[in-house]
Amino acid sequence: MEKMPKRYYAFFTLPTVIAFVISFLIPFIMGIYLSFTEFRTVTDAKWVGVTNYISAFTEDNNFINAGLFTAKFAVVSVVLINLIAFSLALLLTRRIRGTNTFRTVFFMPNLIGGIVLGYIWQLIINGVLINFGVDITFSENYGFWGLIVLMNWQMAGYMMVIYIAAIQNIPTELVEAAKIDGADSWQILKNITIPLVMPAVTICTFLTVTNSFKLFDQNLALTAGAPARKSAMLALDIFTTFYGRVGAEGVGQAKAVIFFIIVALIVLLQLRVSRTREVES
Amino acid sequence: MIAKQRFQSNLILIFLSALALLYLVPLLVVFMNSFKGRFYISDAPFAFPDAKTFSGINNYTSGIAKTGFIQAFGYSLFITVFSVAVIVFFTAMTAWCITRVKSKVSSMIYYLMVFSMIVPFQMVMFTMSKMANMLRLDNPIGIIIIYLGFGAGLSVFIFSGFIKSIPREIEEAATIDGCSPIQTFFLIVLPILKPIAITVAILNTMWIWNDYLLPYLVIGSNYKTIPIAVQYLQGGYGSRDMGAMMAMLVLAIVPIVIFYLTSQKYIIEGVVTGAVKG
Repeated sequence: MEKMPKRYYAFFTLPTVIAFVISFLIPFIMGIYLSFTEFRTVTDAKWVGVTNYISAFTEDNNFINAGLFTAKFAVVSVVLINLIAFSLALLLTRRIRGTNTFRTVFFMPNLIGGIVLGYIWQLIINGVLINFGVDITFSENYGFWGLIVLMNWQMAGYMMVIYIAAIQNIPTELVEAAKIDGADSWQILKNITIPLVMPAVTICTFLTVTNSFKLFDQNLALTAGAPARKSAMLALDIFTTFYGRVGAEGVGQAKAVIFFIIVALIVLLQLRVSRTREVES
Repeated sequence: MIAKQRFQSNLILIFLSALALLYLVPLLVVFMNSFKGRFYISDAPFAFPDAKTFSGINNYTSGIAKTGFIQAFGYSLFITVFSVAVIVFFTAMTAWCITRVKSKVSSMIYYLMVFSMIVPFQMVMFTMSKMANMLRLDNPIGIIIIYLGFGAGLSVFIFSGFIKSIPREIEEAATIDGCSPIQTFFLIVLPILKPIAITVAILNTMWIWNDYLLPYLVIGSNYKTIPIAVQYLQGGYGSRDMGAMMAMLVLAIVPIVIFYLTSQKYIIEGVVTGAVKG
């Protein structure tokens, strides 16, 4: 079916395309335009050039702080989540009893929504911290490590499932042959398992990076940026800028555009890395 | 050798059991606290309820009353079920059409929709909610259209990947036998798409059921979904009712856990497919 009469083409594509244009395309283009204006509603926009972009960095340190906090968070959570997930996947592919039950349990937190997760961990973390006479709003470090624990709890099971699928795809003959050649389990892990699951490592790394960068609900529920917006990540900082103070909408939109560019760069990097991998193999 | 191996796997079993228990502790703590009086929670969340602190189902009744949880559950269910149905139905149609008909318009639609996947929500949240407001989409039915627009990227992408792997010959035979494109799609293609449609449905269900910011901005002031109802309890500092909060957390978790335990196989498969393709 190389060609299709126009009315059929419209029948198949128009519903999705119209919804897409209304809810994404027009708002996206308007968003870029509005980042160069001062506005309260959308219809009263006044062109101000790059003022908003300058204000985003100079008005206060919130945006830069949020960016650093987010980057630091992304690095720590990527390393920890992938280490934990990969180790769990290794243990769960060793044919032990109860593998399915364990998988069910470890994956479960992934289905719970970010807001609910945030309040669950707020209770737990404050319950521990109260022994030291403080709570999570006392220092941004508590918020940072709280978010790390939360994200590990939520994401490790998800990444584990992807690693399990990758490990199970390794041909058994390869492992058998290595065993006959006298390889110990460390050598098998280093020379067979890890090289063969590298595509999964790429996927999981970028999934955790983009998820960490876009994190919002968990951040809002766990600390809401306390103390004094110091534990706010980029998405939360943009939200607070938009809805926290009337008149700062333009700055908020400019921050959002910068945020979009950062996320887009990460995704482009991912595409390049996985392309070169595919060419190599 | 065999004795050593058995010892090793017993050790792993014990370690994993301990870890699994640790994984469940946060949920159990919340559950336990939902039966304690509101003033006994923050100070000692790890203490079991006793005669003094036990409050029966008071937290549940007051939480449900305060947040309108029953209504929130209804809105969440309505919005999720219909949005997912609409997304699966329309994006399958779109994906099939633009994959099979090679044209500039087709590839433009495809690339724009794939592009939308990498745009963070904050980029469009303000303008989108104003747009929804202007077009009167700020109600539980209108939001379905918004979700179709936002869900289109990932869903079209996953469907297209799958459709490329289906041989065209089946469809061509149907056309020769006199099927119109509409008949071909609904009678021939749609049944083949069933497994991938389940994946798309699962991924979208998990997203929409748990989504907070989009419904909060679009319909939040008049219609609370479950995440909005939970966040609403937060209120100002100090005034928060911890008891009601615990009860609402439990009520928010239970439906997901039931859904998960009943369709676990599809969920895990769906998530893996979604991740590898996305």
